[in-house]
Amino acid sequence: MLAKMMTRLANATQSRRSFMIGSAAVAGGLAVGFRSTEAASAATGGVTPFNAYVRIAPDNSVTVIAAHMDMGQGIYDAIATLVAEELDADWSQMKAIGGAGNPKLYGNAAWGGAIQGTGGSTGTTSSWERYRIAGAAARQMLVAAAAAEWRVPASEIRIAKGLISHASGRSAGFGELAAKADALSAPANVALKDPKDWVLIGNDKLRRLDSMAKSSGKMDYTIDVKLPGMLTAVPIHPPLFGATLTSFDASKAKALKGVVDVVQHPRGLAVVAVDMWSALKGREAVTAVWDDSKAEKRSSADLAREYRELALKPGLATARNDGNAEAAMAGAARTIEATFEFPYIAHAALEPLNAVVRRNADGTIEIWGGHQMPDIYQGTAAAIAGVPPSQVTMHVMKTGGSFGRRAVIDADVIVEAVAVAKAIDFRAPVKMQWTREDDMRAGRYRPAYVHRLKAGVDKDGRIVGWYNHIVGQSIVAGTPFAAGLVKNGVDMTSVEGANNLPFDMTSVEGANNLPYRFAAQKVDLTTTQTGVPVLWWRAVGSTHTAYAVEVFLDEVAALTGKDPYEYRMSLLDPASKHARVLKLAAEKAGWGSALPAGRFRGIALAESFETEVAQVVEIAMRPDGSFKVERVVCAVHCGVAVNPDNIRAQMEGGIGFGLGAVMKSQTTLDKGRVVETNFDSHEVLRFDEMPVVEVHIVPSTDAPTGVGEPGVPPIGPAVANAVFAATKRRLHVLPFARVENA
Amino acid sequence: MIELTINGAVHRLDIDPDMPLLWAIRDHVGLTGTKFGCGIAQCGACTVHIDGQPSRACSLPVSAVAGQAITTIEAASGPVAKAVQAAWTALDVPQCGYCQSGQVMATTALLEANRKPSDADIDAALSGNLCRCATYARIRTAVHTAAKALA
Repeated sequence: MLAKMMTRLANATQSRRSFMIGSAAVAGGLAVGFRSTEAASAATGGVTPFNAYVRIAPDNSVTVIAAHMDMGQGIYDAIATLVAEELDADWSQMKAIGGAGNPKLYGNAAWGGAIQGTGGSTGTTSSWERYRIAGAAARQMLVAAAAAEWRVPASEIRIAKGLISHASGRSAGFGELAAKADALSAPANVALKDPKDWVLIGNDKLRRLDSMAKSSGKMDYTIDVKLPGMLTAVPIHPPLFGATLTSFDASKAKALKGVVDVVQHPRGLAVVAVDMWSALKGREAVTAVWDDSKAEKRSSADLAREYRELALKPGLATARNDGNAEAAMAGAARTIEATFEFPYIAHAALEPLNAVVRRNADGTIEIWGGHQMPDIYQGTAAAIAGVPPSQVTMHVMKTGGSFGRRAVIDADVIVEAVAVAKAIDFRAPVKMQWTREDDMRAGRYRPAYVHRLKAGVDKDGRIVGWYNHIVGQSIVAGTPFAAGLVKNGVDMTSVEGANNLPFDMTSVEGANNLPYRFAAQKVDLTTTQTGVPVLWWRAVGSTHTAYAVEVFLDEVAALTGKDPYEYRMSLLDPASKHARVLKLAAEKAGWGSALPAGRFRGIALAESFETEVAQVVEIAMRPDGSFKVERVVCAVHCGVAVNPDNIRAQMEGGIGFGLGAVMKSQTTLDKGRVVETNFDSHEVLRFDEMPVVEVHIVPSTDAPTGVGEPGVPPIGPAVANAVFAATKRRLHVLPFARVENA
Repeated sequence: MIELTINGAVHRLDIDPDMPLLWAIRDHVGLTGTKFGCGIAQCGACTVHIDGQPSRACSLPVSAVAGQAITTIEAASGPVAKAVQAAWTALDVPQCGYCQSGQVMATTALLEANRKPSDADIDAALSGNLCRCATYARIRTAVHTAAKALA
């Protein structure tokens, strides 16, 4: 669904943008372009790739230009693997950098190809055909160059581990022939390897390309960008969401050593200084008066109360309605009902938001940042700077996490960086650097939600009716994505006029597409409005929908006296991927076997972004009633496992990320003010709380699906279900640390 | 003027005595391997060694560390640091990597003091270093791997 939204937005964006299709060849090297081919065209959703994905340097290094931002999920390595496989390169010669500025080359193929972006765990899916084709085309051109150079038939040329050779004894590295290959026409068609011939795809021994740089302080992130004369800016944001600036006094700040200026920008103020510390000192000296007449002043408790009341009413929109769930439940032998409450949560990526802007002597603009949606940011930045988008170069940096935060549609920190640079007449490069407090206080958050679920079972314990009403904010309302909202199989007319808010599929994903076979089911959505800025947060809708569904399903199983695993299996198509991962996780975890005293198991299953994940957790209860998650057995189906060890890493990371969130993380509002503004109060998982994680990948020949997010959704409900097994108590209010659960 | 001894080199800096060591290292000495994550000693991304002890550079004013031996990730090059980095890369510990300078510095200090840390020792040494990618399980394995390599 996200894909279709993106496509709609992209098409709208594309029509008003001129594309720069320039050569990106490295001097003396090969920039592999390849002509539009049937395969390429089909693979990239109509986009015509025509430029560099692969650069070969005279030193034999092969640099792939990645269409997706690497925020830690390892997509650069996946892309390098795909290219190297088809190119028959040696892994040790591979490098990867980010590309941007041409959606025809870098548009997200999984979103239709018209706009570049990283999100929805689509990176590998988007890259699967594109980069294998690029690698194969590059290989074919190198072969042709060698054949011409050595005057032998191309069919006799061999390439292995980066070495081009012929039976005559001649051989060459890629670098030697790169320039000659570059001068050739790109092949019209390329053949991709048979999977049985893969040596790098699926190879567990490949190590990440950047591990040493990241273990030795040599990896440069946006915060590390250094430019001659660069100034540092810190923002001053309104104290409440929706408050606007009335007046400010910067005279004291400007008198401080190191402070260069205090300027206004569309999102507040900024202090510009020679270094970070001077900017922070200057910020303390600025006084500002804000008009909060239109600001959001409710507290989290107020919102929860309102949401709970709304949840009791019929939904304003219906996402799914199969059979007559209400009538079925009315006639059921037994019914069960539960209401779940989810907090706002900050992304809390470890690198606080930032962006660096420079205007060059020729008027062009360069922007360094975590450009998760570079085309959108390029357009936004160009509009502020007053130049055509083609004059704005986006440097895509690796980021210290993101978890969705840098896929922000309004380009917040980039707007600030460009506006501040412009306010000082671009006389120096500017690094806009948020602090942790800015990052947690200024939004954006996973929206808060309330879910009310109800189920009816017949005398044999079968679910005859299932109802889920989700109440909460839309992530896409008010953004260009709202216009592109589409709904899989849902009649838009059923929601028109309800409250004039868009029907946001991201609010219900993971609830309206369940693999379980219910006789009748209905999923309602009531979209609310608040002044709190929200956003996708690693695994988006499934961060709350999967929790509510999987905990509630466990409750239904308990009501009917059935084993939670067996009960789920009875609701699944035994041939489905869902059943396969659930069975695998249960088998590997020894589901049903005896546990040591004080240990308890819980299980959960969730599909997100077309990847199925099941997890079985083991918790150890402590005498004081608290518990530790000791072990998680995770089974995942994600198609071809391009980088198996990274799939394991992403499952491990998703589990830790999701576990910290359900146990401790929340962003609460006190009369509109954010309470948790740093890691002392916004708690996340710490080292000693991490369980042992065991990941099992289901072998598959399907095209790969994503792994960056799908590890997150099952962990919360699996743990909650283990807590129920231990205590007979259900955790309906998140995080677990909330006093309601004490 | 503040005199800082960083990685064996003496830097005479005309900076505010209240400036946290982190910003002196990053903005004035130009070493950016030490990261900013929270500013209040809650995340460990800025971990450096001061006279061999792991310390949070974001919360130490430069005036408090003048004259002491400050070591940053850029100078983590002894046998212990090398063993730690070898284990980190062999196990592909980093994901985003932003916290890993701090993790490596904290681990190096641990192993300098304790060549055979137990899981509880590792918990105690590393629970102040956040990793939002949750690479914790691999870090634990890597610490043991490095310890074995040094034995």
